[in-house]
Amino acid sequence: MSGVLETHDLTMRFGGVVAVNNVNFSLQESELRCLIGPNGAGKSTFFKCLLGQYRMNHENGRVLIRGNDVTGWNTFEIVRLGIGVKTQVPSVMNGLTVQENLWLSSRRIHGWHGASGAVAEVARELQIEDLLRRTVGELSHGQRQVVEIGIVLVQRPWLLLLDEPAAGMTGDEVERLIGIIRRINQTASIIIVDHDMEFVRMLGSTVTVFHQGSILVEGPAEQVLNDPAVREVYIGNRAE
Amino acid sequence: MMNWPSVDRINWGWFLLAVGIFALLPLVFDTHTATLLIIWALFALSLGIMWGFAGLLSFGHAAYFGLGAYTYAVAVINIGESTLPFLLSLLVPAIVAAIIGGMAFYGRISDVYLGVITLVVTLILFKFMSATAGDIYKIGSARLGGFNGMPGFHTLNVPGYPDISLWGWPTYYISASSLLLSYLVCRWILARTFGRVLIGIRENEERCELLGYNVAAYKTGIFSVSAAMAGLAGCLFANWAEIVTPSVFSLGQAVEVLIWVIVGGLGTLIGPILGAMALGYVKLLLGEQTVIDNSLILGALLIAVVLGLPNGVVPAIRRIWNAARLKLRRRVSEGSTRRTLNASSQVNR
Ligand SMILES: Nc1ncnc2c1ncn2[C@@H]1O[C@H](COP(=O)(O)OP(=O)(O)OP(=O)(O)O)[C@@H](O)[C@H]1O
Ligand SMILES: [Mg+2]
Repeated sequence: MSGVLETHDLTMRFGGVVAVNNVNFSLQESELRCLIGPNGAGKSTFFKCLLGQYRMNHENGRVLIRGNDVTGWNTFEIVRLGIGVKTQVPSVMNGLTVQENLWLSSRRIHGWHGASGAVAEVARELQIEDLLRRTVGELSHGQRQVVEIGIVLVQRPWLLLLDEPAAGMTGDEVERLIGIIRRINQTASIIIVDHDMEFVRMLGSTVTVFHQGSILVEGPAEQVLNDPAVREVYIGNRAE
Repeated sequence: MMNWPSVDRINWGWFLLAVGIFALLPLVFDTHTATLLIIWALFALSLGIMWGFAGLLSFGHAAYFGLGAYTYAVAVINIGESTLPFLLSLLVPAIVAAIIGGMAFYGRISDVYLGVITLVVTLILFKFMSATAGDIYKIGSARLGGFNGMPGFHTLNVPGYPDISLWGWPTYYISASSLLLSYLVCRWILARTFGRVLIGIRENEERCELLGYNVAAYKTGIFSVSAAMAGLAGCLFANWAEIVTPSVFSLGQAVEVLIWVIVGGLGTLIGPILGAMALGYVKLLLGEQTVIDNSLILGALLIAVVLGLPNGVVPAIRRIWNAARLKLRRRVSEGSTRRTLNASSQVNR
């Protein structure tokens, strides 16, 4: 049985830099997976390849999402399969209110009449009801992260790609986020990129370590985080 | 009711006031001048909706204005009756814009290049039309006429009656209605999902793509609508001037409309309309004097506004107006609380 997401020999080059190098990755239905790796390991680029944000063809390998070979598809077509994306730098509509941001996301899934109801529901879920009328650009980094997560959740995706969702959040916000992730994970598969070992440990999922565009190790959190090779990569990188 | 404050709901009171002003203006103002100002306003509105709300800048919007004018002239010379030429003058620019925009947006060309491409198209059309003096440059029985342009075509007639020509004050009322209707169309677009997604694209194109919207299709759509509106303005201009020359594609025309929109206020619909009318009027007044060069004065005005009111005049006025209203309301509500306090103390007594 094929998984939710599979890549075959996925490769992405920028000039001489091989940002993603022959990655064979697979994710099962309802799986939670953490993707870690030092700066520049290729994690964000990996996401962008999955989403067709970089032009892909079969020389870059293949991306299969629920059995569809999406290599070469447009981003919006891939997303429409039911994928929610949170980018590393919060990608929100800064000039609009929180309500408007959520509505634009909600509208595509729930239609003109259902959009507002779904927005209200997500706002309650994330406890951001009192922010709805605020302009997103005025919010703190952490709040904007929450808004972006709301934008993702309101579409009720079955696959979520979250690039550093906890960055800039306070301890409370992170704890709430973990609760939310656990709950979504009951019905959706999730890949989370993060640097914060503590956060990854708390999630306690399978961990994939990227290093120089390739998968270095993959396994249960405790085992991977104690792996000498992983420590080497991280510490070696820090020392630079 | 859906709350979407960044797109103002239409205020029908103001709209009806505008209808009234346009209806009565010929009593106090020369319609010939007023018609031209209205045509410019429509042209500015067409750029304003696409630039201010979808974030798409077309440096060469004059191309669609000019195409509208030429399409009308060529078609009406061949057909005689004006209804179809009128519709074609919207349709041809819309199709050309859809092709150019479609290639640019689906080809993922960045928005800056779109601006440049449209400008180049305008310049090419200017060069080409200027060079069509020879007899071989004929479309049907319409001679393009090179630099001297195409004079002597039928102006708009009552639909179905080619002999009943609408010229003079009817041109004024047709232009005014076109402007008001186009304004309503813009408002309607902005109140629909289509317009809201455009605003989303202006704010963050990547996000809209990641929400599953076909950004290229939305951009092509608004580009095409905007070009149709510019074409309408061009058609009316042809009727007003009774001649079409390559100057409709000139660089001056292309730049002027940008200034009108910026000064009036980007991101509003009223801004471009008022900007075009006010600056257009200033230009006409200045045209009668020879002391200072016109473009110098317009340029100085532009710089003054950009430095002093970076969002344009209309948003600045709106801010002051809203602040004043808020203050007034606060004062009124303070007064009423004081009154209720007095009342309740009296009851207590
Ligand atoms: N558009 C681009 N053009 C050229 N090089 C790029 C581009 N995007 C990424 N790179 C390079 O590709 C490599 C991988 O970058 P990427 O952003 O995917 O790393 P990352 O693992 O997400 O790092 P971080 O943890 O800092 O977010 C880096 O060397 C980066 O400099
Ligand atoms: Mg990254």
